[in-house]
Amino acid sequence: MAKTMQGSPKTKIQDKISQVTDQVQSSQAWNSIFRPGSIFRKGYSDSPRNRSYVIMNSVLYHLHPVKVKRHAVKVSYTLCLGGLSFFVFIVLTVTGIFLMFFYRPTAAQAWDDIYTLQTSVTFGLLVRNMHRWGAHLMVLTVFLHMARVFYHGAYKAPREFNWVIGVVLLTLTLLLSFTGYLLPWDQLALWAVTVGTNMMGYTPVFGSQVRFVLLGGAEIGTDTLLRWYVLHVLFFPFITVIFMAIHFWRVRKDGGISGPL
Amino acid sequence: MTEVPEHLLKRAKAARDKAASQAETPAEGAAEETAAPSSGGGDSRIPAHLLERSKAAKSRKAGGDDAEASESGGGTATAVATASTGGAVVAAGGPPLAAGPGGHTQRLLTVVKAGSIQDVKAKPQDKVHVWPHLIVGEFVAALACSSFLLFFSWFVNAPLLELADFNKTPNPSKAPWYFLGLQELLTMFHPMVAGVTIPGMGIFLLILAPYMDKNPSNKPEDRKFAISLMTLFLMFWAVLVIIGSFFRGPGFNFTLPWIDGLFFEL
Repeated sequence: MAKTMQGSPKTKIQDKISQVTDQVQSSQAWNSIFRPGSIFRKGYSDSPRNRSYVIMNSVLYHLHPVKVKRHAVKVSYTLCLGGLSFFVFIVLTVTGIFLMFFYRPTAAQAWDDIYTLQTSVTFGLLVRNMHRWGAHLMVLTVFLHMARVFYHGAYKAPREFNWVIGVVLLTLTLLLSFTGYLLPWDQLALWAVTVGTNMMGYTPVFGSQVRFVLLGGAEIGTDTLLRWYVLHVLFFPFITVIFMAIHFWRVRKDGGISGPL
Repeated sequence: MTEVPEHLLKRAKAARDKAASQAETPAEGAAEETAAPSSGGGDSRIPAHLLERSKAAKSRKAGGDDAEASESGGGTATAVATASTGGAVVAAGGPPLAAGPGGHTQRLLTVVKAGSIQDVKAKPQDKVHVWPHLIVGEFVAALACSSFLLFFSWFVNAPLLELADFNKTPNPSKAPWYFLGLQELLTMFHPMVAGVTIPGMGIFLLILAPYMDKNPSNKPEDRKFAISLMTLFLMFWAVLVIIGSFFRGPGFNFTLPWIDGLFFEL
């Protein structure tokens, strides 16, 4: 910075910078990292070819096709609800991993760990808040996404099966949220889960077995906490990711998003 | 009349130019507009002895019009290379049957576009590139969502009540908000009906919706019944959840939130 202030050698430094940039951008290492179409590549320009490459050569973007119907990019059609549900899921994964560093799922330690997280971990309270509100937000966006899809008649052929997967994902979202509800091990968690599991215990024929499996015993206790912890951080996210993969894949296989009306 | 594709015209012109520059016998080059190298031309794909033979045969048939005959054999060979090989072979076996004006064995009759002989059913769709048109929207939405979540979390703390205590049942005990509709049903029905049968039926009906709805249209004006039914379904749950969340107090009895206060934790 100081050198550029000196005035006369300014152009020389700029030359130097562009020369170094050229060298870096044409090096083998750089070109092996950034595939054709990357905006960090040398000579990226706005051309139909490069626009296609950006999508094809990015692991994240290639969930999308290279082109979509013009009406599909209108925010007023989708309201971004499906995409936001996915985005909030990612936020929840990231914040959840952070929380896992400070949490032990036993009745003796769980509440203390959360309390310590809030009071003595940097950004602990903020990240916990984000995880909690994000969870409620995700239930909301998934629900609204379902309503939006129904009102657009987007569940009709050939998208019937993707709607079914969507209903499964809604259920999984509720289960993810509900299993996380117990983990703080405070009065709110304990009694909300008591109400919930008592209801599930009324499943006909094998109700008491269902309740026993869910609680890991006859009553809610430290075994329940461990069980719901594993369900919350591994089992349900795993299942949800699989169903999301099928959901996104089917969107494209069924001819992109529906509409226009 | 017929529109000759540009690349064919270009190719013909290139061939003509090449021929003009390489012409060994000026008389033959000037004979015809589409003239190509003579039979003795270096770039002809047809072996020289075949050309000689066809030349001899043609001169026998046409009675000495040597110049034109040789031009026919060599000319087509370069202009339409692949096809002319066959033509030349025919010519070698005997007199060319389809010799046209000027001795040409082939002519371009017409160029048929694919659309007129193939039944194209798919209509071209109006499409846009995902980059940048869709990605920009998604990026802004993600940014707005994260900033909303961040600021909300900055100012509103998640609840952490006192340590769980089995001997102290809070009054009221409420499920998470999305299950409060079911808890509300619990006040009206047997627990098995409220907790298992009704929600199970709800999910089952949602799954079956696309198979029950035989109406192919997605226009709102054609779907009045489906839309009314779904709205009723959603309103049913929304109202139950709102009542369960805000209008239920101690003992899960009905209260008014503006009089008795809120009994609701997220």
